[in-house]
Amino acid sequence: MNEYNPNFQLDANGQLRHFLSIEGLDREMLTRIMDTAESFAGVVADQPVKKVPLLRGKTIVNLFFENSTRTRTTFELAAKRLSADVLNINIETSATAKGESLLDTVRNIQAMHVDMFVIRHGESGAPYFIARHVEPHVSVINAGDGRHSHPTQAMLDMFTIRRYKRTFEGLRVAIVGDILHSRVARSQILALNTLGVAQVRVIGPRTLLPVDAESLGVRVFHKMDEGLQDVDVVIMLRLQKERMRGAMLPSEHEYFSCFGLTRERLRFARPDAIVMHPGPINRGVEIESRVADGDSSVILQQVGYGIAIRMAIMTMAMHSKARSKAS
Amino acid sequence: MKGPRISISGARLIDPASGVDRQQSVYIANGIVAAVGKRPDGFHADREIQAPGQIVCPGFIDLCARIREPGQEHKATIPSETAAAVAGGFTTLCCPPDTQPVIDTPAVAEMIRDRAERIGKARILPIGALTRSLRGKELSEMRALKKAGCVAASNAGNPVANTLVLRRALEYAASFELLVMVRPEDPWLRNHGVIHEGLVSTRLGLPGIPEAAETVVVAQVLALLKQTGARVHFAQLSCAGAVDMVARARELGLPVSADVSAHQLCLTEAALTDFDSLYHVNPPFRTEQDRAALCRGVADGIVSAICSDHQPHEEGAKLNAFSSTEAGISSLETVLPLTLGLVSAGQLNLVRAIDSLTNGPAKVLGLTAGQIKPGSVADICIFDPEAIWTVDARNWYSRGLNNPFFGTQLKGRVTCTLVAGRIVHERTDQT
Repeated sequence: MNEYNPNFQLDANGQLRHFLSIEGLDREMLTRIMDTAESFAGVVADQPVKKVPLLRGKTIVNLFFENSTRTRTTFELAAKRLSADVLNINIETSATAKGESLLDTVRNIQAMHVDMFVIRHGESGAPYFIARHVEPHVSVINAGDGRHSHPTQAMLDMFTIRRYKRTFEGLRVAIVGDILHSRVARSQILALNTLGVAQVRVIGPRTLLPVDAESLGVRVFHKMDEGLQDVDVVIMLRLQKERMRGAMLPSEHEYFSCFGLTRERLRFARPDAIVMHPGPINRGVEIESRVADGDSSVILQQVGYGIAIRMAIMTMAMHSKARSKAS
Repeated sequence: MKGPRISISGARLIDPASGVDRQQSVYIANGIVAAVGKRPDGFHADREIQAPGQIVCPGFIDLCARIREPGQEHKATIPSETAAAVAGGFTTLCCPPDTQPVIDTPAVAEMIRDRAERIGKARILPIGALTRSLRGKELSEMRALKKAGCVAASNAGNPVANTLVLRRALEYAASFELLVMVRPEDPWLRNHGVIHEGLVSTRLGLPGIPEAAETVVVAQVLALLKQTGARVHFAQLSCAGAVDMVARARELGLPVSADVSAHQLCLTEAALTDFDSLYHVNPPFRTEQDRAALCRGVADGIVSAICSDHQPHEEGAKLNAFSSTEAGISSLETVLPLTLGLVSAGQLNLVRAIDSLTNGPAKVLGLTAGQIKPGSVADICIFDPEAIWTVDARNWYSRGLNNPFFGTQLKGRVTCTLVAGRIVHERTDQT
């Protein structure tokens, strides 16, 4: 039997070798990622030349088996600001459609002397499978796999919360919507609990909540008014239209009337509460425009922080390798 | 019938069918058991097997083993898998009908049986299709299949279109006293599920298969039983709820039986935490509570047989993202040590363990096999319950290497297997 290794993504020195999930990372590691990102945030925002030479000569491949504009773009910008060479490959309709296996695709690209794969895949666990089969010097960063994990998104959300709230202690955070299918929510819940918030809540209908949701370390609510009571952070999730066809919801209209974030509902939260959303947002489905564009919203700031967080994670994963090679 | 004269002595004979459990010799001639205990007058053995410290028991009977032939010879073949069977102590395998072509004509059934016979390792008893092409819509020619040697009818992993077709299939099978095997799974509740719906599926974000996918079908079939008069065997149960339902049905005197795979008795959803596709099986590994209930079911005799649910695959079938890999374990060679592990753990007694591999499945099939008494066919397994070995490719017979116990030390190993009085497997010490 293969031994389960929860620290598969860490090297022998406890440094990031891959970045696949928040699971198995401690508070110190998450804090270090945010601190490193803080140092890059200045580079991104203030410098006239927005580049640092940390990954010069490295080749990073964005391997996207699923469509994405925002995540791929911020990964690409992050890599370029670190002076790496970047290649974007969308596999959705190319090689695998011709019958090439996932492993063959990865091995073929790896043969072009790649140092890092950034992978998005529609199936949970796909980046684990790939990380297990790449050469030892290659890092794998998970850019979202199925319903499982989207750890860089969760880290940029944590970074955003820390920027606005300074500390995680005592915070109440509510995550609203389709938790069942959300890799973002799973990663956020892990990160929030690791960083020591007071309470994580999830709010949604039973059809959009996983069984034994409490086992993730959350309190479950089915009513917005109760779930939003006195929270410091509201995270809205995108609602996929397919949920109507799968008999999980009757209509967008009914969803909005039960779980849509309106200005009136936001009053149940603390007055200084911030509103977040991983994007892209559906105005009038999960959130009304008055809130999305309102004073409490930090949705656009999240996007900007995404670059700094991804620069931090790429640098840390690549440098652990440089060190282990030297030793 | 000619065959060598063989004596087996020094070993502990366990024959659950006749209640024997003591050190006794077995004498074999012409393919059958000539005597137990006392050497027959004038018996001169061509081969004397001394097996002190070992256990002699009937050859194991497997209610579910995929052989992959015909149609998927890139995964495994009748020669490779019958060799794996006898290496694991199995002398008879029941083969589900989902071959290509499907076992829905006498020709396919006879071909499989005859080919196994010519190869001369384990016997294969085909299970016929319950519906034509396993499509779940029209009945198969069950009487013809029975005449061609099919021991049961089953729709394997394929759903029956609706409850009316199910009712008629059960009625028709009952008319010819053909056993119906049901692998209970509701396709709608299963949906795209790949692991047990519970703590681990919630954490890993893998689509789950709820327990109700199994119990809903068990309830449906039980409701139809009285009406149809069919004899039904539930194959590869995975949850406590289904064991309870079978127990209650048996209390009411309904003609039902059940089996469970050996790996289902040993593993739980906790094995899945690392997305390791070697643990991708269907039905899925469920909770510790389910596992313990299945074990108790075997111990109490409610679950009368332990099967292998052997599913050999080529390497590529397991090399993908978890949901895209094929389910199943190549398990014939690890059933005995896994079952003995449950005995060591105090969850099963040794005689009942052997019963569930021999007499238990024989009774399900209505066969007189699975016992050692004068006059019975000499299908025999000899194993060393203390032998410790490491599972690896060098000592492996199945073409499928998809077994999560590779690299693991297991206890209990077959030393010699006889089919119809001939030695078909014998372990030499260097392997």
